Amino acid sequence: MARSLHRLANPGRFRRFAGRALPWTAGVSALAFTVGLWLALVDSPIDYQQKDSVRIMYVHVPAAWMALSTYAVMALASAGALIWRHPLAELAARASAAPGACFTLIALVTGSLWGLPTWGTWWVWDARLTSVLALLFLYVGYMALWRAFDDPRRAGRAAAVLALVGAVNLPIVKFSVDWWSTLHQPASVSRFGAPAIDPAMLRPLLVMYAAFFFFWVTVLLLRIRAELDERRLAALAVQRSS
Amino acid sequence: MRLFLALLGRDLALAGRQGGESGLALLFFVLGAVLFPLGLGPDPGTLAGVGSGLLWVIALLAALLSLERLFRADWEDGTLDLLAARPEPLVTVVLSKCAAHWLATGLPMAVIAPLLGSMLAVPGAHLGLLALSFLVGTPALTLIGAAGAALTLGARLGGVLTAILVLPLYIPVLIFGAAAAEGREGALALLAALSLAALALAPAAAAAALRHAVEQ
Amino acid sequence: MLEARGLACERGGRVLFRGLDLALAPGEAALVTGPNGSGKSSLLRLLAGLLPPSAGSLSWTGGGEPDFHYVGHGDAVKPALSVSRNLAFWVGLAGQGSVAAGLEAVGLSALADLPARLLSAGQRRRLCLARLFAAPAPLWLLDEPTAGLDEAAVADMARGLEAHLAGGGAAVVASHVPLRVEAAHRIRLGAAAP
Repeated sequence: MARSLHRLANPGRFRRFAGRALPWTAGVSALAFTVGLWLALVDSPIDYQQKDSVRIMYVHVPAAWMALSTYAVMALASAGALIWRHPLAELAARASAAPGACFTLIALVTGSLWGLPTWGTWWVWDARLTSVLALLFLYVGYMALWRAFDDPRRAGRAAAVLALVGAVNLPIVKFSVDWWSTLHQPASVSRFGAPAIDPAMLRPLLVMYAAFFFFWVTVLLLRIRAELDERRLAALAVQRSS
Repeated sequence: MRLFLALLGRDLALAGRQGGESGLALLFFVLGAVLFPLGLGPDPGTLAGVGSGLLWVIALLAALLSLERLFRADWEDGTLDLLAARPEPLVTVVLSKCAAHWLATGLPMAVIAPLLGSMLAVPGAHLGLLALSFLVGTPALTLIGAAGAALTLGARLGGVLTAILVLPLYIPVLIFGAAAAEGREGALALLAALSLAALALAPAAAAAALRHAVEQ
Repeated sequence: MLEARGLACERGGRVLFRGLDLALAPGEAALVTGPNGSGKSSLLRLLAGLLPPSAGSLSWTGGGEPDFHYVGHGDAVKPALSVSRNLAFWVGLAGQGSVAAGLEAVGLSALADLPARLLSAGQRRRLCLARLFAAPAPLWLLDEPTAGLDEAAVADMARGLEAHLAGGGAAVVASHVPLRVEAAHRIRLGAAAP
């Protein structure tokens, strides 16, 4: 695995790999979005309590899952960049941040859209919303750190350390926010616990998750390829000037 | 150990001599606490419910203000290079500077907190808890902030950036700190656990970031 | 004292130098010359262990733990502390040495109790160099040590360096100002192809 990853680190090889994979990932994602949205918006039952607003969940839940798993990928890639100095790992970590932040934002916005009919207000200090908000701040800080240095090597290492610190901190934030919310539990908030999901609801959820996942892979490959091109241009410019 | 003590002594002398960031942070802490009643109204009933939480928020911001320059002066004038060239690991440098920072800001804040708490109508029985929560929780503020400050050495917009990086990491400290000050069950133990975890992990992250800054 | 084999340094995608060999024995000095941006500072930082070399190896042959003084661009002087307190910090770190002797060597004895913020740029540089004389170390790595110094101070520094070499010390010096010191090695940078 590590060896095959190292072979991919060669920019030319990665470019060929990305070129072959991109049409497939983009195609699967588009197909899954079409099927998933149809299932979610048309071919799924309405919820007994939440009525039609339950359909927001088919976007909200996959986005929240992706927001978390993208951060996990970013942290793993950062560890790879710091420990093994793997050049592709650093690029993958950097390329993950913006899509991850977007998923987080989608999760937050759909969450508060869902909150209006359900809780009667745009925003409540619900434990889940609050920890997702913290996750968004972590993403924003990571991206800001990347942009704050003139030397990309220094920026990459600082950002990698931050991603790891954030990964350690994230479960603590989650735990503390859960603890805090049981402390200040407002009576009006109805907790949305779903011990058993109806299969008719699970199917569109999983298809939508696949759609999000392949969309993410597509964006990641595109962004890494663009970053490789940019570095090559910079290297050529340096060579020409000296 | 020699490095730890020498650096600690020098940083404390610096903090005492010029008043510096730590003095300003304490002043900010006091001023912030005094401003809130002006905004919220002087009603002791309103203040009593939020007083200790407010003090924790202000302490967090005050710590941020002073931490931004924790390593910056040493980095700019070349001191950090000389320390990094020594055989001792950079973790020692981080621990020493954090100890000095805590002694110059965290500890005094814990001492003033009951005073400010009584001005904010925190019930007398809770003032001791308030001081205790500061004593236990402020080391985590210093240590986590030190990692953030080390990461932003040499960055454009250093100060604002440090705040953006560190504030989300401060969320658990704020939650458990404020809860411990109100005497919630288990909060003080969790706060202590946070400080210990920060002591175990943050210096390594800060030292790695300092090494990267030196190698830049 | 110090042995470098095939050292190479790469900064921002550009190779500053490669294949650099240096074997420095006690009593010897190496002078590093080259135009701006040729990698003089990077070489000194590399020798001090502040930069990892992109190729090659570096070993300390002086016996025991590596023991050296590095003087970089920064003066590492704290304006709020007194002149002697500034130096005392570095002497304390070294664990041995004399603050008075260091200040004497750079001619700052009379200003010992003054806050360092009152010093001129040249005086600050002298205070930075005082470390070399206050807490002796067998190897000096000096990056533009005479920057900002007047003629008399440059001559003082050259004499101090000579005495250090005569006493069995070694030094690597990067300097624009020619120090009148006999150098066993000369390293000219700036010839490496990009």
